[in-house]
Amino acid sequence: MIEIQQLTKVFGTRPAVDHVTFNVQPGEVLGFLGPNGAGKSTTMKMITGFLSPTSGGARICGHEVTQDPIAAQRCIGYLPEGAPLYPDMTPTSLLRFVSEARSMKRARAQERTDEVVALVGIGSVMSQRIDTLSKGFKRRVGLAAAILHDPEVLVLDEPTDGLDPNQKEEVRKLIRSMAKDKVIVLSTHILEEVEAVCTRAIIISEGRVLFDGTPAELRARSATHGAVALHLGNTQAEAASAALSGLAEVGRVEVLEGSPGEELVRLRAYAAGDAPLLHSITDLARSKNWDVQHLSVERGSLDEVFRTITTQTGAQ
Amino acid sequence: MSVALHNTRCVFKRELQGYFATPVAYVFLVIYLILSGVFTWYLGGLYEQDQADLTPFFSFQPWLFLALIPALAMRLWAEERHSGTIELLLTLPISPGQAVLGKFLAAWLFVGVALALTVGEWITVAWLGGPDHGVIATSYLGTLLLAGAFLAIGACLSALTRNQVVAFVLSISIGFLFILSGYPAVLEFAEAVLPNFLVEAVQQMSFLTHFNGLVRGVIDARDVVFFLSLIGVFLFANTVIVDSKKAD
Repeated sequence: MIEIQQLTKVFGTRPAVDHVTFNVQPGEVLGFLGPNGAGKSTTMKMITGFLSPTSGGARICGHEVTQDPIAAQRCIGYLPEGAPLYPDMTPTSLLRFVSEARSMKRARAQERTDEVVALVGIGSVMSQRIDTLSKGFKRRVGLAAAILHDPEVLVLDEPTDGLDPNQKEEVRKLIRSMAKDKVIVLSTHILEEVEAVCTRAIIISEGRVLFDGTPAELRARSATHGAVALHLGNTQAEAASAALSGLAEVGRVEVLEGSPGEELVRLRAYAAGDAPLLHSITDLARSKNWDVQHLSVERGSLDEVFRTITTQTGAQ
Repeated sequence: MSVALHNTRCVFKRELQGYFATPVAYVFLVIYLILSGVFTWYLGGLYEQDQADLTPFFSFQPWLFLALIPALAMRLWAEERHSGTIELLLTLPISPGQAVLGKFLAAWLFVGVALALTVGEWITVAWLGGPDHGVIATSYLGTLLLAGAFLAIGACLSALTRNQVVAFVLSISIGFLFILSGYPAVLEFAEAVLPNFLVEAVQQMSFLTHFNGLVRGVIDARDVVFFLSLIGVFLFANTVIVDSKKAD
């Protein structure tokens, strides 16, 4: 549905998007991650035909964007970064304009308008001028305009930016509800959002794809993924640390808190391989009679993975 | 209805609504009508000339348009760029050419409405004496074509920048050159320094040369073609600019 081949955009001499290649199938929700200026928006502008690539190409529903932008644009719904809207229009007149620009039949336009207005919850502001609306409402009006024609492909540039937590959750719910038969590409810098709505994540930095996989795979890259955190009430740090290090499955033990002689320690044991640590550690705690006050398997931090992946290239 | 026509009409409608949703339209109309009146009756001396025609009214139109039409045209594309809505507009299945034409036609119709509101002057001279209605009709045609030419220039230059003031100043400067090139002083200077065919060319590019023909009551196809092709050239340039640097 979206096929991107060696997509490249060079501004001056600086490549903003550097030979990016990926495909997205219906049912997939692709989260586009990356630091500011990584090329996320530029890629989206090229997918939607707003910006022409320096080289490479994008096919949307079989239409090459550079050859037949209009045909490609017909099957795309696009929310540009910052959701730009005509300030002197009302949501009603804006949605009417979009439905006409998309050559929707009058009855169908009315029916879809009613649907999307209810979906994004803008019914109360339909006859207010857009420049008097709050940021959250503007974003939702932009979203309504993007999904009005029920597009096969949805491209959303930071759809939840500027929304409060409740609104964010509503928009995520909306995206999930549309996901099953559409191709959705969204960019975000909120890592939790990727786990909440995306089936796949791509991290780009300096225009290049550095990671392409599921959010779970992304998290598994974290150094702390699978590590076990342990708070003990009756043991000294060195003793506990030594005992844990003795286990075959444990690679390294980190003392997070606890000075010598003190009898409350917080430790983190990292796995040596892929074998789960939990059982051997609980067995050890039982045999040593440790007073375990807290025990948890860490899921790993997306922030940490993101930082590791995106700063590695910076150092190169 | 063909898709191209439908799309152009769609942009046209939105633009026209835009004029009346903001004070722009009303301010423009009021200022235009007041200035037209002042120029005609006080500076043009329509009473004193003791002749029932609208020459004083039409002879000031180029100068009025020179200042007012860039003010109207400057927002056409610069504002879209500034607010980012150009991205919304041009990622809809509408081609740049259709968007350019729709915007231009809306602005032209709007100026046409302003022009139509000056019909009071026509009625007044008709009441005062027996003007040549044919001459007045061709003069209105010439004025409308002149307005179109100024608008096309303004729209094209507006696409070059996101700053409306820059667009305004550029449009006035270019428009001024197109008016000036028909002035005797300029032509005399041109005759002194340029070969004859270039002087001829300069004179042929003048808005005043072609406008004055129509104001005299002569519909010369060359004058009409001049204005229409000038509009065409600038709208084409406008489309190329919008298409090639829409994201800048």
